[in-house]
Amino acid sequence: MFGLTPEEIGILALSLRVAVVSVVFSLPLAIVVAYVLARRSFPGKTLVDAIVHLPLVLPPVVVGFVLLVLLGKKGPIGSVLDEWFGIVFAFRWTGAALAAALMGFPLMVRAIRLSIEAIDQRLETAARTLGGSRQWVFASITLPLALPGIITGTLLSFARGLGEFGATITFVSNIPGETQTLPLAIYTFTQVPGGDAQALRLSLIAVLLSVVALMASEWLTRRAKRMHTDDRR
Amino acid sequence: MIDVDIEQQLGAFRLAVKFAAEAPIVGLFGRSGSGKTSVINAIAGITTPSRGHIRVNDVALFDAAQGINLPPEQRRIGYVFQDALLFPHMDVHANLTYGQRLRPARERVIDEERVVDLMGLRTLLRRRPDTLSGGEKQRVAIGRALLAQPRILLMDEPLAALDVPRKTEILDYIERLRDELAIPIVYVSHSVPEIIRLADSVVLVSDGHCLAYGDVDDVMGRLDLKPATGRYEAGSLIETRVVAHHLDDDLTTLAFDGGELFVPHVNGLIGERVRARIRARDVALATQRPEGISILNVLAGRVTAINEEAGPIAEVQLAIGAATLTARITRRSVQQLEIRVGSDVFALVKAVSFDQRSVGYA
Repeated sequence: MFGLTPEEIGILALSLRVAVVSVVFSLPLAIVVAYVLARRSFPGKTLVDAIVHLPLVLPPVVVGFVLLVLLGKKGPIGSVLDEWFGIVFAFRWTGAALAAALMGFPLMVRAIRLSIEAIDQRLETAARTLGGSRQWVFASITLPLALPGIITGTLLSFARGLGEFGATITFVSNIPGETQTLPLAIYTFTQVPGGDAQALRLSLIAVLLSVVALMASEWLTRRAKRMHTDDRR
Repeated sequence: MIDVDIEQQLGAFRLAVKFAAEAPIVGLFGRSGSGKTSVINAIAGITTPSRGHIRVNDVALFDAAQGINLPPEQRRIGYVFQDALLFPHMDVHANLTYGQRLRPARERVIDEERVVDLMGLRTLLRRRPDTLSGGEKQRVAIGRALLAQPRILLMDEPLAALDVPRKTEILDYIERLRDELAIPIVYVSHSVPEIIRLADSVVLVSDGHCLAYGDVDDVMGRLDLKPATGRYEAGSLIETRVVAHHLDDDLTTLAFDGGELFVPHVNGLIGERVRARIRARDVALATQRPEGISILNVLAGRVTAINEEAGPIAEVQLAIGAATLTARITRRSVQQLEIRVGSDVFALVKAVSFDQRSVGYA
């Protein structure tokens, strides 16, 4: 397919799977967190805000290390998850997805929060007076109006997940076929003599992937925005 | 119909309002920042008072003592906001039916087709809010509130964001609404002409308190309330009936208890009730019936009160039949003409001092 070797297709597929799964699972939580940060005030809000933003400012290796300590097979959380639910993150592709989700989370929350803050709150009030419960108003007014921000946040987090390196390699190592995503594979090729050509091919794939993702998001955002304005004008 | 007795602290502003009103249209009148909007926000359940109760048609929406505080969506209060607040991601039809769809079918008394016709929305249904004019938006907002099947309609300065022709248009629609659907309206405004034209009774709010409530004529005509109703707006209201149209010179004659008034043409059938507002500064006084003047309206009356303050101006209140008329003249004239309480005088009112907004259907 497109002149790619089975090995390259495997790397690409794994990278996409990791990024997609990370986004799918973090999006609902990100929307809730963004809404709470945008619309509620409670004691400790600054702290929550800081914790959400932590992965953005910490060295990714530190995030990976913390994950390893907490969620490793012997870690306080990891051992419980393994014993009770049989869920293992360490050295699995799911661990890579978790690392990607964590690193992309602040970007996602930020974009969604900004778009929720931009919504005139009185629109929600108006919907309440018309008989909408808090939940229904959120689903019928807030979410659709925040859609451009949700799309942007999703793409940012997705791109961050595709490029995630430090936290991934620290947490789940660099196992071909299991945790070796695109950036890890590129890194590996640059470490072996004569691997430069392979590294270049994979880098081009990465560039192409990013461009496609960007274009898709642009198109989606434009569609979402058109919902707010009349195209039959 | 509506019974409000609430106290609420809003930052440094203290709201303590108590009134009960029963009328097709209740005006909530006061200057900007007087607390009018806070009152209807509390009625709608957007804010929660610390004490008191709110009842609409004998249903308790809020009662601090009994621990009743219905959330906004259960109050069935139609709230029309100053700037319409249409949902930008929905077309007019979806906006209109947003509240209707949340009501069980058996509660849908106000019919969609009827509202669409009443508010003149037939041709707008597929349009998006951002393609509508200000007046159209406000009509959709009113329709949307009506279709949510409210017990009462709250209108918060619905004309404030509109230009004058649009204002007149919406006023007409509100009057149609009042006449065709028996739904009580609380109309918030700081505009005397709007209150006079629409409201039957008025609640005067000033600095977080209710200064007075009662019939529009009584409240708006009271000299002691001038500081709250505003000096510029000083005037009086007269309930009249259309008795004749003079098609040759485009005038209408209105009759009231104390005589007749010539005004520029009024769109009303003979016998219909209209309300005329006469600004105090448009009224001159004479001690004898003047001859050879252009002023068409000369009304005989008796002085009932004179309100003199420091400065050049005096306000003279007259009884003309059962009606009350206020004249604003200089203190010098009061002295020179020796006008006192009990004096018989003639009030002179130019017909051209009436305009579209000072004569409206009662």
